[in-house]
Amino acid sequence: MVRPYAMTGGRVVPASDKFDVVAMVVANRAALSGVGYGLQPEHRAILAYAREPLAVAELASHLDLALGVVRVLLGDLLGQGLIEMYEPQGAGGLPSERVLRAVINGLRAL
Amino acid sequence: MDSGRSERPVPTAIKILVAGGFGAGKTTLVGAVSEIRPLQTEESLTAAGIGTDDLSGVERKSTTTVAMDFGRITIGSEIVLYLFGTPGQDRFWFLWDELALGALGAVVLADTRRLADCFPSIDYFERRGTPFVVAVNCFDDAVTYSEVEVREALDLDGHVPLLLCDARDRESSKAVLIGLVEHVLALSGLRPR
Repeated sequence: MVRPYAMTGGRVVPASDKFDVVAMVVANRAALSGVGYGLQPEHRAILAYAREPLAVAELASHLDLALGVVRVLLGDLLGQGLIEMYEPQGAGGLPSERVLRAVINGLRAL
Repeated sequence: MDSGRSERPVPTAIKILVAGGFGAGKTTLVGAVSEIRPLQTEESLTAAGIGTDDLSGVERKSTTTVAMDFGRITIGSEIVLYLFGTPGQDRFWFLWDELALGALGAVVLADTRRLADCFPSIDYFERRGTPFVVAVNCFDDAVTYSEVEVREALDLDGHVPLLLCDARDRESSKAVLIGLVEHVLALSGLRPR
């Protein structure tokens, strides 16, 4: 058994703020041009998945890593300017009426 | 062409929680409406427990993991709904706090054979002020109660919608989600239509 935080060097707190489970991650141009310093295979795997925007929880699931581990790795990538993170609207910040109606209509049309 | 990435805009992510007692049908409901087979993600207590548990003097870290099922519904190119089944056990409520932060609202699934199982979920969302609806999952072998009876048994505020559903059925589960979003719209001071 591999201890889950072995690949983060024992770090359990990401370098930056905590990422929401549905924060959207997307690799940026710098990542795709192959720069990046001291990246581990897990970092590269994240960059590969994040060519299209996807949520932190989806990344964790695809990589079969605990959310906490993925957050640390994302903190590294963010620190190197290789990804963009889009946090969802926080507490108190309801989506607009337009978005809510789009959700209702979208669900009806499913 | 210096970018391998499509220029697809980053969609707005919306989080909806699906709560309820063990066996109430949370994962079933998520699976019925999700466009992907429900995925599982794990949070480990080592990280999440920091700041919650006093671990001073404890040298050995525990690595209990808690699994959460989630599904996804893409709405056009702009919106992605993520549905998270909340971990059932009370001792994992610290995970709920993180999940509930920024959530649009919650569906509390109730099983009329074990109504009391959903009390903690209802209490939790009431205290947090998270909008929620109660969906009674109509199991085949359960006695049917009237809406009034269920409302009384749950001591539910009049404004909280109570819906009947079959969590295995896609249309029925869709209707529950629509009911929740309409409720959120209504609460935000706008009239649903």
